[in-house]
Amino acid sequence: MMEYKQITKEDLDIIAGFMDRERLLFGEEINEEYSHDELASEKSYPSLVARVTSTEEVSKLMAYANEHHIAVTPRGAGTGLVGASVAVEHGIMIDTTLMNHVLELDEENLTLTVEPGVLLMELRNYVEERGFYYPPDPGEKSATIGGNISTNAGGMTAVKYGVTRDYVRSLEVVLADGTIMQLGGKVVKNSSGYDLKDMVIGSEGTLAFVTKAILKLLPLPKKSVSLLVPFPTLEQAIGTVPLIIQAKSVPTAIEFMEREVILDAEEYLGRKFPDNQADAYLLLKFDGNTMEEIASYYDETAQICLDQGAIDILIADTEERSLPVWKTRGAFLEAIKASTSMMDEVDVVVPRNKVNAFVEFVHQLRQEIGIRIKSFGHAGDGNLHVYILRDDLPEDKWQDLLGIAMNRMYAKAHDLRGQVSGEHGIGLVKKPYLNESLPEASLVLMRGIKKVFDPNNILNPHKVCQA
Amino acid sequence: MNILVCIKQVPGSNKVEVDPVTGVLKRNGADAKMNPYDLFALETGLRLKEQYGGTVNVLTMGPPPAKKILYEAFAMGADKGALITDRKFGGADVLATSYTLSQGIKRFGNFDLILCGLQTTDGDTAQVGPEVSEQLGIPCVCNVKQVEGVEDDSILVDMEMSEDVERLKVSFPCLLTVQKDIYEPRLPSYKKSKETASRDIETYTLSDMSDTDEHHYGLNGSPTQVQRIFPPESHKARETWQGSGEELADRMYSLLKSQKFIA
Repeated sequence: MMEYKQITKEDLDIIAGFMDRERLLFGEEINEEYSHDELASEKSYPSLVARVTSTEEVSKLMAYANEHHIAVTPRGAGTGLVGASVAVEHGIMIDTTLMNHVLELDEENLTLTVEPGVLLMELRNYVEERGFYYPPDPGEKSATIGGNISTNAGGMTAVKYGVTRDYVRSLEVVLADGTIMQLGGKVVKNSSGYDLKDMVIGSEGTLAFVTKAILKLLPLPKKSVSLLVPFPTLEQAIGTVPLIIQAKSVPTAIEFMEREVILDAEEYLGRKFPDNQADAYLLLKFDGNTMEEIASYYDETAQICLDQGAIDILIADTEERSLPVWKTRGAFLEAIKASTSMMDEVDVVVPRNKVNAFVEFVHQLRQEIGIRIKSFGHAGDGNLHVYILRDDLPEDKWQDLLGIAMNRMYAKAHDLRGQVSGEHGIGLVKKPYLNESLPEASLVLMRGIKKVFDPNNILNPHKVCQA
Repeated sequence: MNILVCIKQVPGSNKVEVDPVTGVLKRNGADAKMNPYDLFALETGLRLKEQYGGTVNVLTMGPPPAKKILYEAFAMGADKGALITDRKFGGADVLATSYTLSQGIKRFGNFDLILCGLQTTDGDTAQVGPEVSEQLGIPCVCNVKQVEGVEDDSILVDMEMSEDVERLKVSFPCLLTVQKDIYEPRLPSYKKSKETASRDIETYTLSDMSDTDEHHYGLNGSPTQVQRIFPPESHKARETWQGSGEELADRMYSLLKSQKFIA
């Protein structure tokens, strides 16, 4: 493979000719945070960070990088978990966080046009204040929407509303050679050729650089009620989920959580969880336009839970009741991280009726190999988050046990007909598992697509499906 | 220990809206809930009952739909409830409200401990609790942040002051208003709500009170005249600072200090 050109002072001077020098960070000016993402142990500094403010700047940077064979790595808020925004080949890192404007709320077409650096929490506040709803709800609210699009982020509402891809109507992208292109449009239907927009979504910055997105909105449901359901065992809790789904009452979220993770979150937040009577919980959320409408949905669900052995059903029907519950849920990742010295994660997704089999396997695995493993996840859509904790293990032992745990879990997910990643993506660190899990023909197609979009392989090299 | 918790129904949204023409608080009966501060008082009562035994009773004053929050309190574990309701009690200020409550409390029973939330999210005066104790002639401690212990005839509590915490031993009967976050309030139980759905609630009107003089209640008994109600101005001023990490940290420190967020 051809070597990538490294950025020199001369390159910097040329680039500073078309964008402000003060928004370019070079060499020593680059802060340590640009060398890694939130979780991956992988670290590598870019040679130049370009804090872009317009599509034109991205276009010029890409054209320059393409011409000189310089690697380009996109970065949003750096909250990724798989090393997708680590600049393996150094080169140019394009930081989107200054492209953080909401450009248009189109109330006639129910769309919102945004730049990629808008944070998810800002986006949600913006639309909800105006009576609209953007359903995708990943735990990490300080991620950028560009990052969400790049990983096809899912989150807690996927069980009813789907994932990021379902809410992207159109993208403005910059191709590897600097060409600016619109994919899709403000249309509800589209059967016009291959859907390049859907190909770019979830491609983790390997096919094109997203500079604008038109998102689909829904009217904001007026009311919501969360049910916290304590169960004697996690097995009973998870075993109830397929029955809830069968009953067609469609909660917007079905999460499972264990006492040990709740305790971590209590410690991390410095605040007690509203209940402590059980080792395992399901957390359900229902939305609708009136409390009566919602009560009619959850009555049946409550009965199913009780029939399956639930200790009770606790009702969070006001903001002050649901906030502590969801705040705890939202803090799980950070809380587990704070409880150990280092960790790695598995974000597999399995068919919904196989969640119990997988969780049971994880429980056995931690006994068997003697390492702390904690998990929580989206029981409603089969997406599990499992964290392997290093604690005070020495480096070689940690790498050893981590490797065993990872291999065993991915193999189990594969056996259960699951996929490597539900929502965090492949990036750098999950590549070996993707290679093992997908048929060679799929990988060949993916690599072919990559070659068509980016013949010189400058866009986020070594990520997703590449060697 | 016989515990009474005073609770109130308030507008469902934490953003209280004021009618710009009439200047009256917009209340929507269908969208009402238990005053969030009262959840902490109720939780305190339930914890004391769990630890020391006794009963937890709940009392509210309001139009008949306010019964809903008594049933909500049953779903959280309260034992008995009473509603004070009469058109003649309408339009009461804090003085008339606390007088009416004290009359209702005397009717409802003898209590060792009366618990109130610190304030309500609609009236925000934080005066009704202490005034009830005055009307009943019992001691009162406000801003209780912790219950240290209970003896046969008294309770030991920590009262939060602006710069200190004062520990007080108070003889029963007494009234406490408790701080937000004294305990994390439990969630209402679906099972308990089904079990208590048809539990009787006592209802008191003017004729049930020992003092039936109308002039002591409602608008008639209220010396406070409301001239105008208006939403407070909200400020969303933002400023952007540029500079090195060290400069910005110094500046942030000075600002927090000048605003008294840090000492």
